[in-house]
Amino acid sequence: MVKLIGRRLIQMVLIILVASLLLFAIFDTPEFKRRLAVQELGGFAVSALSQDAYNEWLARRGLDVPFYQRYFNWIGKIVQGDFGFSYEKNRPVGPLLADRLANTGILALCVFALMIPISLTLGVLSGMREGSGLDRSITFLSVFTTSIPEIATAIILTVVFALGLGLLPAKSAMIAGFDPWQLVLPVLTLVIYDFGYVARMTRASMAEVMTSQYIRTAILKGIPYRRVVMKHALRNALIAPFTVIVLQMNWLLSGVVVVEVFFEYDGFGKLLLEAALFPDVEVVQACTLVAVVVAVTSQIISDVGYTFLNPRIRFS
Amino acid sequence: MSMASDTSGGTAPAAQAGEGTSQIPVLECRNLSISYFTRAGEIPAVADFNLTLMPGESHGIVGESGCGKSTVALAIMQYMGRNGRIVGGEILFNGRDMRAMSEEELRLLRGSQIAMVYQEPMASLNPAMRVGDQLAEVPIYHEGASKEEALERARAMLESVRLPEPERILRSYPHQISGGQQQRVVIAMALLSSPKLLLLDEPTTALDVTVEAGIVDLIREIAAEFGTSMIYISHNLGLILETCDRITVMYSGEAVEVGTVEDVFEAMRHPYTRGLFASIPLPGADKNARPLIAIPGQLPLPHERPPGCNFGPRCDYFKAGLCDRGEIPMLPISGDDRHFSRCLRIEEIDWHAGLGEGIGKVATEKGDVVLKVDDMTKHYEIEEGALFFSGEAKTVKANEKLSFEAREAETVAIVGESGCGKSTFAKVLMGLEEATAGKVLLGNVELGHMPVDRRGPETISKLQMIFQNPFDTLNPSHTVGGQIARVIRKFGVEKDEAKVQERVLELLDIVKLPRDFALRRPRQLSGGQKQRVGIARAFAGNPAVVIADEPVSALDVSVQAAVTELLMDIQRENRTTLLFISHDLSVVRYLSDRIVVMYLGQIMEQGSTEEIFAPPYHPYTEALLSAVPIADTKVTKRHIVLSGEIPSASDPPAGCPFCTRCPYVIEGTCETEPPPIREFQPGHRIACHLSEETLSAMQPVIQIGDGTEKGDKGDEVSPAAAAESARRSDA
Repeated sequence: MVKLIGRRLIQMVLIILVASLLLFAIFDTPEFKRRLAVQELGGFAVSALSQDAYNEWLARRGLDVPFYQRYFNWIGKIVQGDFGFSYEKNRPVGPLLADRLANTGILALCVFALMIPISLTLGVLSGMREGSGLDRSITFLSVFTTSIPEIATAIILTVVFALGLGLLPAKSAMIAGFDPWQLVLPVLTLVIYDFGYVARMTRASMAEVMTSQYIRTAILKGIPYRRVVMKHALRNALIAPFTVIVLQMNWLLSGVVVVEVFFEYDGFGKLLLEAALFPDVEVVQACTLVAVVVAVTSQIISDVGYTFLNPRIRFS
Repeated sequence: MSMASDTSGGTAPAAQAGEGTSQIPVLECRNLSISYFTRAGEIPAVADFNLTLMPGESHGIVGESGCGKSTVALAIMQYMGRNGRIVGGEILFNGRDMRAMSEEELRLLRGSQIAMVYQEPMASLNPAMRVGDQLAEVPIYHEGASKEEALERARAMLESVRLPEPERILRSYPHQISGGQQQRVVIAMALLSSPKLLLLDEPTTALDVTVEAGIVDLIREIAAEFGTSMIYISHNLGLILETCDRITVMYSGEAVEVGTVEDVFEAMRHPYTRGLFASIPLPGADKNARPLIAIPGQLPLPHERPPGCNFGPRCDYFKAGLCDRGEIPMLPISGDDRHFSRCLRIEEIDWHAGLGEGIGKVATEKGDVVLKVDDMTKHYEIEEGALFFSGEAKTVKANEKLSFEAREAETVAIVGESGCGKSTFAKVLMGLEEATAGKVLLGNVELGHMPVDRRGPETISKLQMIFQNPFDTLNPSHTVGGQIARVIRKFGVEKDEAKVQERVLELLDIVKLPRDFALRRPRQLSGGQKQRVGIARAFAGNPAVVIADEPVSALDVSVQAAVTELLMDIQRENRTTLLFISHDLSVVRYLSDRIVVMYLGQIMEQGSTEEIFAPPYHPYTEALLSAVPIADTKVTKRHIVLSGEIPSASDPPAGCPFCTRCPYVIEGTCETEPPPIREFQPGHRIACHLSEETLSAMQPVIQIGDGTEKGDKGDEVSPAAAAESARRSDA
């Protein structure tokens, strides 16, 4: 187990390094350097600069040294927690990123807290008696909610609960400080969009387990049906949905741009979008790197968790 | 007498009920009919099934796949899935109709009064739960035992099913123990609450034959010790003979013959039973002098059963106007004990006429050596690392110094249980793996180090393979003809398209499939038909050598015979060398000229078929011969049951690979030194440390008749048969 985790961690570092190298190389073109100069000195000043003066600026910014040297400088800084400077927001990237990640974290946590129990319960109920009326209703509900795009759900919810009934705030900008009410609509939107997918996965897994021979053994052993489900079926049926849920972390980090932008929620996805439009190169780099780290980490959690849940893999 | 004297299953004499027990049958099925309800409508699975099981009795149910035998077992358990239902008759357990029981009453019965053992032990145990917890559930839920008490009971039961280190097994997950151990665990689970009735559904089919012998032994002991009534379901007549008192032969959803094992085996009174016996290779059958006789045709689908007798269309004695009218009842056979047959012509058929005598075939002359394997060795390196880390490399010795020859028109069988390396050997031969050392010569081409992508079409066409599972080896989206034609074109047998098509049709003729099958797709074919296509494909390039990897083991008994005979006929015609890989010694004895016995990657013994089946034996061969169940009441066997399990190929013993299970093991020698190879006759070689005198003094394992052909010096001649008859007379 320790060996497995160690091996995975080393793989993770390698993947992150490769990703960072690509990320650095993409933005290391003369055009982006010039853009940087424009952001720092202003458009007029840069167009007035002579080639010599521009070269001097490059030298001053340390942009004239060889590529690999600059790459290692950049990585070195990042390791020390210096992610560079956002020209758009006019503040260091590090703290900015921390704020936004925290916001997205709160959102994701709320989504998970609702989505996991709902989808697992529905999935298990549905898979337990495949083909029953309950199963059909749950299947219909999951397919229906998942096939509506988030933006549509967001609009409908806003129209009904914010504009129509006036029960909830329509925007989640949290200008006057943290307000849990402002979280309700974005969280609901995401849960409605996502729970169906996980419920379907759980259903498939549960249905397969319920038709397996060891469930037949358990039933014909004469133990109560409740225990068959709780003790024999659940553990095996939850292995597959577990990995799916962990991998949802990626999606909740960077895949929820639409919802964050729609509700004006200051999260990580919105930051990435704004930085890309500006373009705020160092923010984009930092955000992308964070996304890579989260993606790789969730993979590891999912693998290790899978191994832990599945004794067949744990001991071989 | 029982109160059920009107049913065709009849009743048991009180004597058979055992001492002190009531005369009520443990189980009675009366005119039981079971159907499955699908979108296509009602599909009758079992019709008019009767069975009376007295306390302490063991009853076998045999039949081919789809005959309804497992459905009967699940119906007794009242577990038929959502779409299965009992549509007629009743199932009485201790005189009570199970159909009237509530779900809770059934639950209390299941696992305590009636228990079941399943075909695949691995799939039947919960992979995410420790063995101990799974066992402990039985006493906890049926007797309200405490956890500690239940675990203690489980431990004791593991000991009584003779599992070593019960403590360790209690703490293990199912995948951490071997298949044989898993099945013992399942049996222990079934016995934990001393059931009145034990249902065994093909309990040894997924196991190796020496492991099977141990389980069969255990089942027999249980019956004797606990007095449990048993229903033993199997497709293997030999196993039924070894375990049961009475037998029901099923065909296409109906019982066709019921009686004591002796009556049914020696004086069968149904043409299907007789056909079944004629199509299995018993000792005495011979591919030339007494070939197998397959039952013509195939099993009707459940919704396409003929009117009257289901077996009618395949029966030699079919009489129009008699056999195809109405329901045919079970008729009693006068003079026998509760012996019934579902045949209207019992009196008219001459049951003593030999089946298919006088259709002997001419033995073929063997030619020159075609294939020569010389010290062929295949090792695998298993690396325990990923990406940049290579951990300690482990060597799996899949094949160790194999040497043997095969001649033109000869059949050489490679026999061994799982892990013996027979499949690895086939892979090296086919060029899917490269030999680590040694040579494989086909003619004078060295193949051991030539992977298939470097072999020319000429070489590939010379060496073809028939695969074990005909269901997976045909491409589902191409027509049968297309798949055969492709081989013909690839190997350059014919170039001209018209000739290719002609050759396809010829090949279909050779494998006895109708010509219009060329246009069919694999899913429209039955298993036997698919295997015929596989054979046609293998022979399309006029191969010199064909490797047949368990070609009939996935097929039903009656189909097996037809496919085996077909293979033999084509071989005779083309003088092909056949390498027949199998675990089934009965089939091997029937069709091979020479046998190579492998164990854990090494050849233990090789010689002609007669030499292998007669002493001197390698101790492993001896155990293997004893383990094979034989469906012949005239055969007696010496009883040798191996203990332990086959060691892992990644961690074999240093000396003789068989030393961990060998009953003759010489301490200090066998574990450390590789055994010397002794040649007893030219070509008959045994790799063993035992002295030549010891090996030569071995007694024959299998004896036909009353054993008078050979001297009965052995003090141990067939204790199994002795125990068997003793038990019967006890009962």
